[in-house]
Amino acid sequence: MPELMQFLFSGVTVGAVYALVALGFTIIYNASDVVNFAQGEFAMLGGMIAVFAVSAGMPLPLAAVVAIIVTGLIGIGLNKLAIEPARGAPVVSLIIITIGAAIFIKGATKLIFDKQLHRLPAFSGDTPIQLMGATILPQSLWVIAGAIGVFIGLWLFFTRTLIGRAVLATSNNRLAAQLVGINIKWVMTLAFSLSAAIGALAGVLITPITLTSYDVGIALALKGFAAAMLGGMGNPKGALVGGIVLGLLEAMTAGYISSQYKDAAAFIVILMVLFFMPQGLFGLKSTDRV
Amino acid sequence: MSLLSIEGLSIEFGGVRAVHDVSFNLKAGEIVSVIGPNGAGKTTLFNMISGIYLPGSGKVMLDGEDVTGVAPHLLARRGLSRTFQNLQIFQQMTVLENAIAGYHLKEGGHVLADMLNLPSSRKRAKAATEGAHALLERVGLSRAAEQEAGNLSYGALKRLEIARALALSPRVLLLDEPAAGCNAVETEEIDNLIAEVAREGVAILLVEHDMKLVMRISNHLVVLDHGEKIAEGDPATVSQNPDVIAAYLGTQAEEEASHAHS
Amino acid sequence: MRISSKQITLLVLLALIAVAPFFFPSSFYYRVGALVFINGLAVVGIVILTGYAGQISLGHAGFAGIGAYACALAPAHLGIHVGLAAILGALISAVIAYLVGRPILRLHGYYLGVASLGFGILVAMVLSNEGQLTGGPDGIAVNDLGLRSVLNDMGLSLTNSEFWYAFSGLTLVVGAWLALNLYNSPTGRAWRALHGSEVAARTVGVDVARLKLQAFVISAVYASIAGSLLALQNRFITPEVAGFMHSIEMVTMAVLGGVGSVLGAIFGAIILTVLPQALTVFAEHEMMVLGLVMMLVMIFMREGVVPTLLRFFRGRGE
Repeated sequence: MPELMQFLFSGVTVGAVYALVALGFTIIYNASDVVNFAQGEFAMLGGMIAVFAVSAGMPLPLAAVVAIIVTGLIGIGLNKLAIEPARGAPVVSLIIITIGAAIFIKGATKLIFDKQLHRLPAFSGDTPIQLMGATILPQSLWVIAGAIGVFIGLWLFFTRTLIGRAVLATSNNRLAAQLVGINIKWVMTLAFSLSAAIGALAGVLITPITLTSYDVGIALALKGFAAAMLGGMGNPKGALVGGIVLGLLEAMTAGYISSQYKDAAAFIVILMVLFFMPQGLFGLKSTDRV
Repeated sequence: MSLLSIEGLSIEFGGVRAVHDVSFNLKAGEIVSVIGPNGAGKTTLFNMISGIYLPGSGKVMLDGEDVTGVAPHLLARRGLSRTFQNLQIFQQMTVLENAIAGYHLKEGGHVLADMLNLPSSRKRAKAATEGAHALLERVGLSRAAEQEAGNLSYGALKRLEIARALALSPRVLLLDEPAAGCNAVETEEIDNLIAEVAREGVAILLVEHDMKLVMRISNHLVVLDHGEKIAEGDPATVSQNPDVIAAYLGTQAEEEASHAHS
Repeated sequence: MRISSKQITLLVLLALIAVAPFFFPSSFYYRVGALVFINGLAVVGIVILTGYAGQISLGHAGFAGIGAYACALAPAHLGIHVGLAAILGALISAVIAYLVGRPILRLHGYYLGVASLGFGILVAMVLSNEGQLTGGPDGIAVNDLGLRSVLNDMGLSLTNSEFWYAFSGLTLVVGAWLALNLYNSPTGRAWRALHGSEVAARTVGVDVARLKLQAFVISAVYASIAGSLLALQNRFITPEVAGFMHSIEMVTMAVLGGVGSVLGAIFGAIILTVLPQALTVFAEHEMMVLGLVMMLVMIFMREGVVPTLLRFFRGRGE
């Protein structure tokens, strides 16, 4: 039993990070139909910038805020410089643009910072907390709380604010949104900055546990993408559930079967889910209009 | 004996009855038109008959065999072919290639023969190409044969779709608004083409908004309103039916009235 | 007689293979050339799958992995010649593509992307985790093909890099010829039709599921043979051949050059193979330049380099 709890804790922690990255995918996808493979780089940037801000003498909370803001600005830059000029390009071209952006960001980070592994101090100490026969790191609670906070915040934003509703309207019907006077360019800028900031937050939160370096982005992007697809692309609830499920699957496989094949289990389950539900767990069933 | 029988066809989308308990028959060489106001369920009906939607209940009988829910490509083998209200053209292919695509079942062979460019593969392709040229001639598009289909006018694309559907040598042909967006001359051309195809013994099911065209060429009308059949019969009888005037012509009159005011 | 675009493509390709060596300053360039042709072969497979049939795969390196490791493992465990092993690898790839493709090709767009991605990652994972069999992440040695010494005995003496330049170049020509045959064949038309409108393709009788599967299997065989050639040329192979980045590389080469055309595929292979070699001089900036090139080409030449240039020159000519 304690063993199971232990795997559960670590699964939920990793899953919360996947869920945050998947939320980033979802927001940009809803605003623009683009699947942004540079999403993982935002998480990497969040961690790396925070690390270097701290080593430059900044207190940790300030460093975290700086990392999130700077990454948010980089997200805006990505949208303005690479996505907006390519409006209307085919899906595969957009995939390649975002992968190109990911490689570029990775290369730039390696050049500006370095190739080393870096660690961030835990927010509230490293003393494990005993819980139901297992232990959990305080930092894990931070990660989980961060994911919950972002999810609630986004939910309020999308349902209670005018701007949020404008973004939702755009994702439902771009043309109609334009007709009622919503500025699509502005919505996309907002989506990219929001996704980048959420990604950076995920990176800052997880770095004390998993460490970070310039090349951690692509793996996070793949997992976040998989989680978003598992939940059903474009559905925030799906991103959250998909992320947690993916994290739990990995932790259980690593614990009970083989740590080498933890990624395999996740992808096998995704293949099976897509086989029975081609739109993911929460995806809308679409009917061809002809 | 009827070639195509629709028996109590129904479908719901999220609790909304899009089409409910619709039945009618279609004989070889006959032109039957399905009419009704926008949103009456005409295209949905077509999508069920052509195997794109699975009906909630009811049956589609083709030449005495139950073909309900049979996939579109298998219906094509049985001689049912269609065109689309919103054009479904192969945009990146040339006009000629679009027409040749209609010969898929006749020219199809083994993929390895195609890969190695074997004489058998070339022979089949050649036959299909000749057939396609003849069809383009028939719909008046032979001059545009080598153009990319995406560059054609709307009316020309409508005719290209008909040519592609005719390439299958269908026994039943479903035409969804073939004259929409066409000018008077083009409409008359399409009108003649449809009548000619019907004379060759093809059963034609038509959805069309151009009432003049419908009244002129149809043998039989089926009127839908809110997904249900409210009347059927020959054009003269149906146009006198008070329910039809109320449901269909009434709304059109309202529309026209509002257009006149604005 | 009018020269068809198929013949032009093959002539350009042959001319390229024949003329390029005159500009090679050292034998190292033969190796880069061979790599271009091997990548080009895999990318021609992607052109069939993505350019013709409109299906996305982010896991095709998995098949390259199968082809490569067949050459490493089959001779040792089954006692067959390494050349036969490559053919066996292609067969295994075809069977696996058939089994994997059946369920996943029902998916569309990004969903197909993630499913194929999952497949590729599974292959890469097995190759690097089953160390006793595959040698693990460090890789494994591959036997010599032996064809060069046969040629030598027949009086045609080539250096190792010259031999692989010629051999992979000729394989690419054959691969390109087959792909060009397909383009204008009944099968190729059906693929392009379902690419344009799946629903319309169905109504003209195209068995969409079967056609997609055919494209997937054929492109898997291309990737597998490319993987085998890579293993045979290097006499050594690591699980990276099946990695996610290699899958992405294949798709990027195809799209960069122009995914609808075989010539574009080869052009894309040239750019993405030669560029990193050229950039090793600027090791520090290699990744940034690569990412920048990918973005710029896609922003300013949406259809890929070759179709954009063709359009430009045609526009000029008129």
